[in-house]
Amino acid sequence: MKHDAIEKNIGVMIILIIVALSFGTLVELVPLLFAKETNEPIAGLKPLPALELEGRDIYIREGCNTCHSQMIRPLRAETERYGHYSVAGEFVYNHPFLWGSKRTGPDLARVGKRYSDDWHRAHLYNPRDVVPESNMPAFPWLFEDEIDADLTGAKMAALRKVGVPYTDDDISGAAEAVAGRKEIDALVAYLQQLGTLLQSRR
Amino acid sequence: MASFWSYWIIILTTVTIVGISWILFANRKREQQSTDKTTGHVYDGIEELDNPLPAWWFYMFVITIVWGIGYLIVYPGMGNFAGAIGWTQVGQYDKEVAAAEEKYRDMRDRYLALSVEEIAVDPAVRKMGMRLFANNCAQCHGADAGGAYGFPNLHDDDWIYGGDAATIKATLVNGRQAVMPAWGSIIGDEGIADVTQYVLSLNGRDVDTGKAAAGETVFQTYCVACHGPDGTGNPALGAPNLTNGVWLYGGSAEQIAQTLRSGRNGMMPAFKDTLSEDKIHILTAYVYGLSRQ
Repeated sequence: MKHDAIEKNIGVMIILIIVALSFGTLVELVPLLFAKETNEPIAGLKPLPALELEGRDIYIREGCNTCHSQMIRPLRAETERYGHYSVAGEFVYNHPFLWGSKRTGPDLARVGKRYSDDWHRAHLYNPRDVVPESNMPAFPWLFEDEIDADLTGAKMAALRKVGVPYTDDDISGAAEAVAGRKEIDALVAYLQQLGTLLQSRR
Repeated sequence: MASFWSYWIIILTTVTIVGISWILFANRKREQQSTDKTTGHVYDGIEELDNPLPAWWFYMFVITIVWGIGYLIVYPGMGNFAGAIGWTQVGQYDKEVAAAEEKYRDMRDRYLALSVEEIAVDPAVRKMGMRLFANNCAQCHGADAGGAYGFPNLHDDDWIYGGDAATIKATLVNGRQAVMPAWGSIIGDEGIADVTQYVLSLNGRDVDTGKAAAGETVFQTYCVACHGPDGTGNPALGAPNLTNGVWLYGGSAEQIAQTLRSGRNGMMPAFKDTLSEDKIHILTAYVYGLSRQ
């Protein structure tokens, strides 16, 4: 084909560009969609219960993932600080994943059970009360606002459509499980379970 | 990886490399093909030169292709082929960890063989302890170990659970869970107010003596079991001394009343599953030394 013909026919050019670019996707991404390592949950992994799920949504709403990663790389400097490196099987129920790409604050992949609930509450109310040099924003409204329990079941049903194994009981009991709870309860519950399935001494 | 996907990757990668090489060589022009050095295109009077790709540029492409092939031979990339040197990400990590283990083993064994009291004065241990403290403890207890509201000061001589080496280590290993009950519904608002006055009187503060006397009766009924008849506490239960002016949740009348009314459930996390024995040993020595410098 003469180059002229491609350059002067934008439709053909678009198709050829897509073909050229798709090779990387086909080789690097598509096989992982079907690989055992990325689709099989690690032992003990369960879908987030109602309160933790609402906490996850607050984590997303407040943009925690823009400053905190949830991805410990297999480098000794990281595992010494944060614990066991992250594995793909931990994230199979994450929709969307919250790995993040920037660490203005520390990685949170294994923050669960690392601090007390009281500490998380004090820290989220005003980080400087417990860590004077912190530049994290304060989130005082989480202590006032209640969770909208009407939506929790619907969120679970949506996640079930993309492969998270919620049961009918989970969905029908969701509203009751979060009724009257404050947003801070949900967020702390979410944080306290992060990464607790895979522990190692460092 | 299933063998289908392995072949998928190998075939597509090979096709891509061959295809790129073909495009590169098929489009190579060694010489100018027209006499006027242009492609013949004219756009609004602007002509397009038709020079061959510079040789150094062409060979850069060739080098990247050769490099890519070499990389796919040495490192894993072609489906299930593990690569000539058998490198893996986790293998490299394990090697890094093993090297550190080798490097620090002697030092670690030396310190583990010594008692907490002995190594607490060692400057090297204090320096390591400070680093470990900064990563694992400072978030609650503060970078200077001075504590915060609800999180104990580790510098002073006051210890809720006891400050000897074995107790500090037990606190680090197993954590602590405080269980000050909420008394509001049991002794009522008046009882809270009375006991508050009594607790203040234990610290020699100015109080309403009538209320304090009434509070003493309540105290000797409900509080005595943990805090003792004289209010000096019981480290075995984690019941603080109420007579020494050290307050974890503040010593104002309002704060004491709040503690009485709603209880306190401070929690120190356990480190037995996250920190190794030697690090806990060094941290114990660091904390032990903080109040004994």
